[in-house]
Formats: sequence, C-alpha cells, structure tokens
Amino acid sequence: MSNDAVPIPTSSQTVGPYFRIGLDGMIERTPGSSLEAPGMIAIRGRVLDRDGVAVPDAMLEFWSASTEPIALNAELAIAGCPTGFRRVATGGDGEFSVVIEGPAPPVSNEDESQGLHFEVLVFARGLLRQLLTRVYLGDGESSKTDPLLLTIPEERRATLIAKADHRCADVFHWTIRLQGTNETVFFGW
Amino acid sequence: MTDRDVVELAPAGTQPEYHFPPYASTVARSPRMPLIRLLKTRTERTGPVFGHGFIREGDNDLTAHGESDPIGERILVHGRVLNEDGQPVRGALVEVWQANSAGRYRHKVDTYDAPLDPNFHGGGRMMTDEQGRYWFKSIKPGPYPWGNHHNAWRPSHIHFSLFGAGILSRLVTQMYFPGDPLQPLDSIFNSIPDEAARQRLISHLDMDRSESNFLLAYNWDIVLRGRSDTPFEEGNR
Repeated sequence: MSNDAVPIPTSSQTVGPYFRIGLDGMIERTPGSSLEAPGMIAIRGRVLDRDGVAVPDAMLEFWSASTEPIALNAELAIAGCPTGFRRVATGGDGEFSVVIEGPAPPVSNEDESQGLHFEVLVFARGLLRQLLTRVYLGDGESSKTDPLLLTIPEERRATLIAKADHRCADVFHWTIRLQGTNETVFFGW
Repeated sequence: MTDRDVVELAPAGTQPEYHFPPYASTVARSPRMPLIRLLKTRTERTGPVFGHGFIREGDNDLTAHGESDPIGERILVHGRVLNEDGQPVRGALVEVWQANSAGRYRHKVDTYDAPLDPNFHGGGRMMTDEQGRYWFKSIKPGPYPWGNHHNAWRPSHIHFSLFGAGILSRLVTQMYFPGDPLQPLDSIFNSIPDEAARQRLISHLDMDRSESNFLLAYNWDIVLRGRSDTPFEEGNR
C-alpha cells in the first residue's frame, strides 16, 4: 500500500469452477451439522440460472449473527465452522442442503422488528463478485414488519422467503434464481 | 433506520459488474433486476471468527503436500491484509487454490490435457498474524486455455478467499504475476473497469524475500472492506 493515501478494497474476481481445491475443507468440516441436534434447522433448494438450468458449481455461505451457540465437543467446535456460519456447494442438479443453528429472535432494539433470517453469499463461475442476498424463514409474518423486506417491491419479497416443509418444521425450502422469472432479490454492496 | 444505516456501495469502477458479456458465463448467471440497497443491521456488522484450530501446520506450504517436490518454479507469496483505514486485519482466514506449473487443476472438471503433478494438490490456507501478514510457499501456476472464446488463455493466477471483520468484508479474488502478457487479453482480469484497481491485483517481484538458489518471492497486499471502528462484538465466535 506504498502510495495509496486511502486504501481501496481489493477488486473481486470469480471463484471459478475449481474452488473445491481450496475451499472444500470447510464444506467437509461441519461438526454438529445434524438435524438431530436441538436448535438445528435445514434449508434445502437449488440454484438456477436465467433459463432455469441448474448451476452445479455454486458455493453458498450462510451467516446469522443471532444464533445460539450449540454445545459441541470442544475439539470439534474449534476445527469446524464457527457458530452461525456454514459453507455448502451445489451438486450436479444445482441442489444444496445446509444444516445450521437456527437464528434466534434479534436482541437489540434496533433490530427487533427483523424477521428470522440469514445473510447468504452466492459464489459461482460466471459471478465476478459474490451475490449478496438474505433468506427469511417463512411464517408470512416477517414480510409485514421486517424493515429490509419493506423496502423491497412487494411482488419480489417472496423470493427471499423459505417455506417450511409441511412434514418437518425444522426443514425449509428455498430456490435461488440468478436471473429471469422470479429472479431472487440481490443487494448492492 | 436512517440513511446512514444503508450499506455503502464500492467506489465506482473498482469492482466488476455482474453482467460482463466478454466473460460469457456471466450472461445467464448475472441478475438483471435492480440491486436493492441493504440496511446495516447486526447481521451485516458481524461475521464468523475462525479459531486457529482451523489451520494445521504445513497448510501454507503447497510444495510439501505430496511425497516429493512438485515440478515448477518455487515461489513464496506474502503480503499484508489491511482494512480501509490501512490497519492490519489480524486472524483473517486466507484460503488459496491454483493450477500446477503446467496449468492443470487437480479437479474432475478440468479436462485440459496438460499433465497432473502427483506431488501437487494446489490448495492451502493460513491465518494472518498480529501484523496482518500472510505467507505461503508454492510453485508458480502455469497459464491455461479455457472455453470462453477461440484461443482464450488465462494468465497465471492464484485464487484467494478471505474473511475479515464482518461478513461484508468477505473477498474472493485472484492474484496475478508481474509481466504476464496474457493479462490485457483476459476477460476476467479486464472485468474490473478501473485500470488502477486492475493493476492492484498484480503482485510484485520481491528480491528481498527471494532466496538465492532456492525460490523467488512475490509480494501482494490485500485491502478488505471495513474500518477500524467497526464494532466487532462476536469475540467468542
């Protein structure tokens, strides 16, 4: 940074098709990532492109600041993904499944009206910079009070809401559409 | 929520646009609807913190992951990870991956018929130290052809993935090597509109850290989004 008076954030470049060589370790190491453990939820779905074609080489990262740490074997916990964070990769049919600590209701006054959500980062060949989106765990209520959802045109809000499985309350379904009909809402950053 | 609670956009021209037709894969994978401004809530102000247990000894020596030395030009890559105030980012997780010296990735999708090197896997990781420094040993990756257009070749590069303070500091990028004539021909490199920003992805030959009769060193500093006063409350995560 020898001559830069004001450091400018380094430019992004695509994760490319070969990211598993460097990033697989964290995908493999997710101790406690079983739905059997209390407080865990699963979000399952697919990543699709403009034509509804599966994106088989995407990587998703989920983050929630408001998860409760779940007691794990200490050694596993230190080697695995931090609480509230998971990385998954899509399979050949664009499918993904993440098992993660469910978000707790927000703690601070400022965030009280927010719905239960995760921040989601989408990486793939063809994405020169990660996409930033959110997934809300659907009960229909958050779309009425969540301050961010309220800034989004009403007809697009549903793209951010994962639907609870009708058989298993800990499982949610959510599709990410990168472009085209029902394109998922992505954020500028 | 007030205006100041909206997540800032990157300085103009310093980040690639999602839709960049010279890179053909962007066409069907980039959003067309307007991007929505994001509010800065606790979710955006925090991020995962990785324990040192995540890193094993030797993870940052990509030349030592086989049974003997990989073929290629031995290199040391090092630099600092800084925030937008120029302060070091400590304990930042850095993950890297690259092709071998012949330009071939150890990945089932890579069908380029250059040879695989049984002694080179191409993945590594490390954490920055108290001064925000990272370093790893490897071999210089070769250029390789790709299917973007006729006779398209990627310049030599190493992929980087970083976590800083807060989820919005997340960065995935590529480091390039000085003096590579393929850079101006590469649509991924050229996707960054700002010339100076593009040039900042190129490392510098560092003879001070090069070792006589052993390896060449390249220096590359990285700036992550975020400032020193960013509240970072999740100390135990």
